[in-house]
Amino acid sequence: MTATKAAPAPDISGYRQFRPFWRNPWRHPWFLEGFTWLYLIWSLVPIAIAVLFSFNNGRSQSAWQGFSWRWYFSDPVNSVLHDPQLHAAVIQTVRLSVLTTVIAVPLGVAFALGINRWRGPIPATFNFVMILSYVIPELIFGVSMFFVFTTLFSSVHLGTVAEVLGLVTWNVSWPAIVVQARLVTIGRQYEEAAADLGASQLQVARRVLLPLLAPAIFASAVLVFSGVIDDFVIVDLLSSSAGNTPMSVIIYSTQHGGNGGPALNALGSIMLAMSLIIVVVGYAGYRLLSRGEGGSGLAALTAISGEG
Amino acid sequence: MPNKWNTNRWNRGNAFWVALAAPGIVWLLVLFIVPVYAVLAIAMGKLDQLLESPVAVWNPFDWSSSAVIDVWRDIVGSSSFAGPIILRTLAYTAIASLLCLLVGYPAAYFVARFAGRRKALFLVLLIAPFWISYMMRMLAWIDLLSTGGYVNKALGWAGISPVNWLGGESVTVVLGLVYGYIPYLIIVLYAGLDRIDPALLEAGRDLGLGRFRTFIHVTLPLSRQPILTGLLITVLPMLGDYYTNQMLSGAASTSMIGNLIQGQLGTPGLEGQGAVLSLMLLIVLLIPMVYYVLATNREANL
Repeated sequence: MTATKAAPAPDISGYRQFRPFWRNPWRHPWFLEGFTWLYLIWSLVPIAIAVLFSFNNGRSQSAWQGFSWRWYFSDPVNSVLHDPQLHAAVIQTVRLSVLTTVIAVPLGVAFALGINRWRGPIPATFNFVMILSYVIPELIFGVSMFFVFTTLFSSVHLGTVAEVLGLVTWNVSWPAIVVQARLVTIGRQYEEAAADLGASQLQVARRVLLPLLAPAIFASAVLVFSGVIDDFVIVDLLSSSAGNTPMSVIIYSTQHGGNGGPALNALGSIMLAMSLIIVVVGYAGYRLLSRGEGGSGLAALTAISGEG
Repeated sequence: MPNKWNTNRWNRGNAFWVALAAPGIVWLLVLFIVPVYAVLAIAMGKLDQLLESPVAVWNPFDWSSSAVIDVWRDIVGSSSFAGPIILRTLAYTAIASLLCLLVGYPAAYFVARFAGRRKALFLVLLIAPFWISYMMRMLAWIDLLSTGGYVNKALGWAGISPVNWLGGESVTVVLGLVYGYIPYLIIVLYAGLDRIDPALLEAGRDLGLGRFRTFIHVTLPLSRQPILTGLLITVLPMLGDYYTNQMLSGAASTSMIGNLIQGQLGTPGLEGQGAVLSLMLLIVLLIPMVYYVLATNREANL
C-alpha cells in the first residue's frame, strides 16, 4: 500500500478564471486597431468632405445646398470649364505630365541600364548624383533651377520649357531607381543565355531586358506621371505667366489670398480623379505585365507607390 | 557562332552601356550640377546697381563674400530677423516630426503586424494620400478651418465662439505640417516593420518577455533604421517647406526659412541673399542627405 497519498491532479476545469482577457498575449490589439482607424479617418475624411462640397450648389463649405455640377461646367462664369484661368491650368497640368513622362522615362531607363553595367568611378559618381537629386529638398532644387534659367541659360525663359526641364531632372530618379532595383533581382542569366545563342548586345537589350523590365518601366512611368500632377514647388518657381501655371499652383495662389470658392474644390477633385485613373491604370497594367511571375496584388501596390 | 563579347569587357563595361548611360549623365551634369554651381556663383557674386539684378560670377577667384556677410549679419546680428525664423523653423520641424512619429508608428505597427487578411485594404488607405495632391489636402483643411467650415461649426455646437484658425496660428501650421508629411513616414515605417521576422518576437516571448518588454527589447531596436530613414525623409522636405505656412497662415509671425528664401527670390536686389540662404540650407542638410543615400544604398545591396 502506498505510504503517501499521490498529489491530487490539478483542477483545470475553471482554468478560464485564472487568466483575465486582458492578460492574453495573443488577443487582438483593439487599441491599436482603433488608433489606426482614427488616423485613417483623420487622414481621409477631410478630403472626402472637400470633394463632396465641390458638388455643392452654393458657396458654403459646411452647409449643403443641393447637388449640382455648377462648379465643373454649368456655371457660365466661375466653373472650371468656363473660367479661362482654371481651364488653362487643367490643360497645363496634362501637358506637363505627358511631356515629362515621355522624356524622363526613356532617359531614366537608359541611365539605369548603362550605370548598372558600366563599372567605374564615373558611373558610380553619377549614380550618387542621381540619388542626391531625389533627396535634395525641392525648394533648394527649385531655387537652383530658377537661377540657372534666369542667368546662365536665360535664352530658355521661365515658362513651360523650363518647367519641363526642371520636372524631368527632378523625376528622372524614379525610373532610374526602380529599374535598377529590378535589374538587380533579374540577374544576368537570361542575357548570358541569349549571348550564348548568338544575340548581339542590342538584340539582348531589346528582346530580353526590356520585356523583363516592362513592369518596372511601367511602374516608374506611373510614378513620374502622378508625381508631376502633384508637383508644386518647381512649377511655382519656374512659371512666368497665367498661361503656364498648372492646377497645383492655381490652387495655391488663389487660396492663400482668401477663399477661392468651390471651383477650387472642383479643380482639386479633378486632380484627384486624374491621379486615381493613373493609379488604377498603373495597377492593372503592372499586374498584366508581370502576370508570369506570380506576384501578389500587394507587391504590385507597393511597386507603383515607389516602395516596392 | 562566335560570342561577340570578351568576358573581360563584359565585366568592365563597354561602349554599348556607356552610350546608354551618356544622355542621363549629360542631362544630370547640365541640369543638376551646373544649377547648383549657379547658386554658388550668384551667392558669391555681385549686384548690378542699375538693374538690381544679381550678377553671377563664374570664376571662383572673383568671388566676393559681401552677400554672405550680409546674410550672416541678418542671422546673428543685433537687428537680425532671419535668426528667429531659423529657430522657429527648427522648432516647428522638430515638433511636427515628433508628432508624426508618435501617430505614425502605432498605425504602421498595426498594419504591418496585425492586419492579417485586411492588409491590402489598410495599405491602400495608407498609401492613398500619396495619390492625393498636397495642395488638395491643404485645401481640404482650409475649407474645414475657415470661418464657415465644420470645425468652427462644431465649436459652435459646443458653445465656443469661432476661432480664426487661419490667421497666423502656430498650432495650425504645425498640425498642417504633420498632416502633410505623415504619409511618407508611415510608409517607410511600414516597410521596415514588415521586414521584422515574427519568429524573433516569438523567441522573445518564449524567453519570458511580456508584450511591453518584447516591444522595448526586440521591436524597437530592429526598427531603429526605418525610424531614422523615415524621419530623414520627413524632416528634409519640411525644412524647405513654405507653402504650408503660406496657405494655412499667411502671417509673418509663423514664417519659415522657405518663406524667407522664396520671398527674397521675388524681391529685386535680394536674390543674392536668397541664393546664400539656400546654399546655407544645402550645406547644413548635406550630411543628413548623404547619410540617407548611403543608408538606402546599403539596404539595396543587402
